[in-house]
Amino acid sequence: MLAQAVETVQTPEVPWSLLWPFLFMAIGAVILVTLTSLAPILRERSFPAFYTAAMAVGSAVSLYWIWNRVEEAGGAIMVLDGAMSIDYFTLFIAAIISVSVFFSALFLDDYLRREGLDGPEWYVLVLLSASGGLMMAAAEDLIVTFLGLEILSIAVYVLAALHLRRTESQEAGFKYFVLGALSSAFFLYGIAMIYGATGSTRLGEIASALNQTNSRGLVPVEDSSMLLAGMALLLVGFGFKISAAPFHLWTPDVYEGAPTPIVGFMASAVKVAGFAGFARVFLSSFVTVGADWRPVVGAMAILSIIIGSFLAIKQTNVKRMLAYSSISHAGFILIGLYAAGSTDPGVATLGSRSVLFYLFAYAVMVCGSFGVATLVGQRGDGAHSLTDYVGLSSRRPILAGLLVVLLFAQAGIPFTSGFWAKFGVIEAAVRDERYELAAAAMIAAVVGAYLYLKVIVSMFLTDAAEEAEVDADASDDVAVAVGADGSIALAPAATVAIIGAVVATVLWGVLPDIGGDLLRQAATTFIR
Amino acid sequence: MLELAWLIPAAPLIGFALILLFGRVLGEPLAGWLGFGAMGVSFAATVAVFAGLVAEEHSERFFVQTLFEWVPAGNFTVNAGLLVDPLSITMCLFITGVGALIHLYSIGYMHGDPNFSKFFLYLNLFAAAMLVLVLGDNMLMTFLGWEGVGACSYFLISFWFTDPANASAGKKAFVTNRVGDFGFMLAMFLVFTQVGSIQYAEIISWAVEHFGDTAVAGTATAIVLLLLVAAAGKSAQLPLYVWLPDAMAGPTPVSALIHAATMVTSGVYLLTRMNPVLALADGWAVDAVAWVGALTALFAATVAVAQNDIKKVLAYSTVSQLGYLFLAVGVGAYVPAIFHMVTHAFFKALLFLGSGSVIHGLHDEQDMRKMGGLARFMPITSMTFIIGWLAIAGVPPFAGFWSKDEILLYAWNENKILWAIGLVTALLTAFYMTRQVILTFFGRTRFYDPTEQEIEAAFSQRLVNADAVTTQAEADLEAAHAAVEKAAGDIDKKTSAVEVAATKLNEAKEALAVVSAEDESHAKLAKALEKAEKGVPKASENLAKAQATVTDANAGVDSATEALAAAKSSYRALAATRSSLPMPDTHVTALSEAPELGDLSDDLPDSYRKRQEYSPHESPWTMTVPLVALAGAATVAGGLNLPFTKDLHFLEHWLETSLFGNEAKLAVGTSTKWGLAIVAIACAAVAIYGAFAVYLRGKMDPKVIEKVPFARAWYVDETYAKVAGGPGHKGFDLAALFDRSVIDGAVNGIATGARGVGGAFRSLQTGYVRNSALGIVIGSAGVVLWFLSRLWWS
Repeated sequence: MLAQAVETVQTPEVPWSLLWPFLFMAIGAVILVTLTSLAPILRERSFPAFYTAAMAVGSAVSLYWIWNRVEEAGGAIMVLDGAMSIDYFTLFIAAIISVSVFFSALFLDDYLRREGLDGPEWYVLVLLSASGGLMMAAAEDLIVTFLGLEILSIAVYVLAALHLRRTESQEAGFKYFVLGALSSAFFLYGIAMIYGATGSTRLGEIASALNQTNSRGLVPVEDSSMLLAGMALLLVGFGFKISAAPFHLWTPDVYEGAPTPIVGFMASAVKVAGFAGFARVFLSSFVTVGADWRPVVGAMAILSIIIGSFLAIKQTNVKRMLAYSSISHAGFILIGLYAAGSTDPGVATLGSRSVLFYLFAYAVMVCGSFGVATLVGQRGDGAHSLTDYVGLSSRRPILAGLLVVLLFAQAGIPFTSGFWAKFGVIEAAVRDERYELAAAAMIAAVVGAYLYLKVIVSMFLTDAAEEAEVDADASDDVAVAVGADGSIALAPAATVAIIGAVVATVLWGVLPDIGGDLLRQAATTFIR
Repeated sequence: MLELAWLIPAAPLIGFALILLFGRVLGEPLAGWLGFGAMGVSFAATVAVFAGLVAEEHSERFFVQTLFEWVPAGNFTVNAGLLVDPLSITMCLFITGVGALIHLYSIGYMHGDPNFSKFFLYLNLFAAAMLVLVLGDNMLMTFLGWEGVGACSYFLISFWFTDPANASAGKKAFVTNRVGDFGFMLAMFLVFTQVGSIQYAEIISWAVEHFGDTAVAGTATAIVLLLLVAAAGKSAQLPLYVWLPDAMAGPTPVSALIHAATMVTSGVYLLTRMNPVLALADGWAVDAVAWVGALTALFAATVAVAQNDIKKVLAYSTVSQLGYLFLAVGVGAYVPAIFHMVTHAFFKALLFLGSGSVIHGLHDEQDMRKMGGLARFMPITSMTFIIGWLAIAGVPPFAGFWSKDEILLYAWNENKILWAIGLVTALLTAFYMTRQVILTFFGRTRFYDPTEQEIEAAFSQRLVNADAVTTQAEADLEAAHAAVEKAAGDIDKKTSAVEVAATKLNEAKEALAVVSAEDESHAKLAKALEKAEKGVPKASENLAKAQATVTDANAGVDSATEALAAAKSSYRALAATRSSLPMPDTHVTALSEAPELGDLSDDLPDSYRKRQEYSPHESPWTMTVPLVALAGAATVAGGLNLPFTKDLHFLEHWLETSLFGNEAKLAVGTSTKWGLAIVAIACAAVAIYGAFAVYLRGKMDPKVIEKVPFARAWYVDETYAKVAGGPGHKGFDLAALFDRSVIDGAVNGIATGARGVGGAFRSLQTGYVRNSALGIVIGSAGVVLWFLSRLWWS
């Protein structure tokens, strides 16, 4: 009888061939941990790093066939009984996350050896975290989104604390964990409220429940306040993950303390996944009630840009500085997301496109930037003060040159992909006639440029007087260069990765329309 | 075949990338050969595309190759596309052809330069940018090329940047071109607001559609005027030409490629490309183009007459010929404009390369006054240079005659005054080019003459010597004076000695008188008296001797004074001859005799002696092969568009597709055509004969012709400098003050404010988890409150 009951349980059909990116990340991680446990020899000699890079490449390559399948199917394939959607958007995000994993693996390899840390668990956690990110991007069900979010986050909490000899690292991991748990609670509560209001956690069903509006312009769900509170709490949860103000307070502390390559991963893959989930949930389900949530997104955008740009200037620690700059980048992307929430399909497409391009460009350049920071950090991962960058141009001219390009890109200087990213976002805001957002973005871009130039200036400083000035600035800096012997080793893998990031940044800066068709296809995913 | 168009600019771009990556490794001469190879591939691709275009139907020869969407910005998208039509391919053919030859030439010319590979790096980048300029299918692509060639031009002008003059020449080109670029940008914006696109195809169809529509004629006029500003900057027309003569500071192949054959013609190309817009604009705007061209042509030709630097002559000649092209465009003679552009590219590149060969052979000597008679040292260079001269002077059947004659014909058709200016320019051109050829290749070899500086040095040496003589005489005089003084002192002494002796005698006498003879001291005293008596004459004798010495010494003083006066006067005499020093050829006509240097030649410095041991030589084959090739082209290029029958109008027929019927219609009969041609030939003949008479036979003093205002280029540069340094400077100061106080103030204000705000915010950032959590909770509360407020709000 029990057997009979088991037989009657319906299990959804699993189209494995569409899930290759997930398999590479999730199963790949399991295989890696198994292999290295059984054969300890594999822990040596960069094997885990290249294994992880290979998984990332495999995942990215598999996207090509899946993209064709999706194209044949007309843009989206619902899998796992409608819990996940394999569509252009998912695939585009998967590509960015794969790139990020690839970069992180290359940076980690040298980093672990330099720090005398050991173990494939770093890579296993990176892969697992990435699989959670993919899940968030694809989730068509709030529960799945939450699952993805937790898989993503828990792995990163551990990664942040994994530098066992640095108390800052432990502190960062713990802080991130506590605050992350808090935000997860908000998020989960939000899901419950949405369920209560609409009777479903499926994005499609939520959307159809909201599809009609009554004469007051409100959705005829049983209890509007529950829906609104639910959306508010979801916003809080996503806002924390993407480190948008006012939920950004953890970012500088965690970025400063966590191991630098992991910060690169957090700033790229984790943020991209957060935005992917954010975009999917709000753009698939809540477009009809855009008037309710879009102003909050706009406010968060402006607040993030202002706080990110202005606070970054006061920093004397480059990692903290980059943390604030990532907050400001999140603000820019939120402007694009604001436009993407428009009911005008033209504006919405433009908004989505600007978000996707920004995510791609940003992920590449932030990976590269933290890659440079990894190398400059030296043994002990502590040399991140601005004074540690003084004279970098004469000590490591190539590294300084690469960082200049990456910082120019972050500042949005033309002929870098960062310019087109900012341009697209501002263009979307203008098309949406939100001139105040556009103006704020432009002013913040100017202020932000000051911050990046500050780093560049210190790299090219050799003058003793100027050095003294930076010293004075840095006097209240907490970071102390631990074991800095003044020489920066250029690890081959990391250098190649940084050069790759710079090349991509410049390539898309000069020719921003490479792969433009894919981008445009992905941008129409949520247009109904 | 047409699909190969992308390869035309791509080949030099790849060459650029390869030299960038491996240039240092390749070194000399491999980097040069790589650059040359890239240009060769580009030329081959151009020929292939040309063949493909010829195979097309006449009306189908307009082909756009879209490479990729370049700037996707909402409504405003710009494709990176190439426009292949007869006009662009004609440009490409001579750019790649002449460009390849000049690359080859540079391998020889840049031999031994420490930055050999860098030179080819820039040269290839330039070629790529130039090809993008002419092939771009929209104004932005053209602008990309426009800025690219500009940048390469600045780099190459100041290639030998260690000399501050070269660096400042590059700066001057940069600043002057800014004005033109501004015109280009404004024109582009205006086109976009009016047409809604900056693609040439769209602009042309808009202009053709609105032809004769007075409503848009005003806009079209504005566009044409802005384009004229742009073109005047790039193509060195009045009043923006000032950078081009200075640009000669760059290596000579650069002058040939960039500042004669290709880049400077891009203004003419732009105007020709936009010919439907010119047709749409008010007549006076197009007339302005013609007048700017005509005046520039005449102005530059007068200046070229009086230049002594071999490259400066060619530089002003280029400005003048470019003025011709503008004149042609302004009178609607697009085909002659392109025709002359092509022939000019051949013969002017040839002349520049020839001058480079001369400079190379003479160890960087550029002053024509120190050349002369080089024909026997450099046979190939001189022969090819003479062909270039005949071509530019308008001697049939060389290429320049046919194309220049066409322009004059169209000018006559439009406006007789323009024709007259053109004719005078042609006459001057023939004159100054003949002058250049004579001064460089014929007459006495003045290379070995002592230079002005050397003679000055010798003379100064002489003066120094004379000065030393004077100094010696002065010293002698002083010594003589000292001797006199000493002798005078002696006399005093001797006089007192005589007195003493006399006193002693008296005393002795008195003493003897007192003492009786029998006294025993008597004998003693008598003895003393005797002695004293003897002493007196002796002292007197001494005194006389001393007196004689004084006389001698005085005579010495006299003679020393005389000697000093003589030395002084001879110094003065020598110094007076400075102004009438026998200078070598202060004027170029003094060909008959070497300067009478007399005994000065002994004092000439080492540089003179060293030069006597050096012999001018012909350049290596990498330099002469391009010369020969270009000389061939300059001879026969007239065949592109011979005027005799309609069937021979190859170029006119070929360019028809690009001109949309905007070519001016000739309203002159055959007899007028012949008459004009004969007048032009006569003018050239007169000018050449006159130049021979003046510069080879010395029938007239050249100073009569080479007026100071000509030599100083009508003081335009000085005036610019004065304005920029005087009232302009105050304006700049004001602008700088505004920049410092208002603009920088605003920027600094933002920075200070930002730092302040940052500081204020930072106090929120304590690093405690509880504070972070509190922040999240407060933020959440805010968000939730907002959402719930929506319940009542709406």
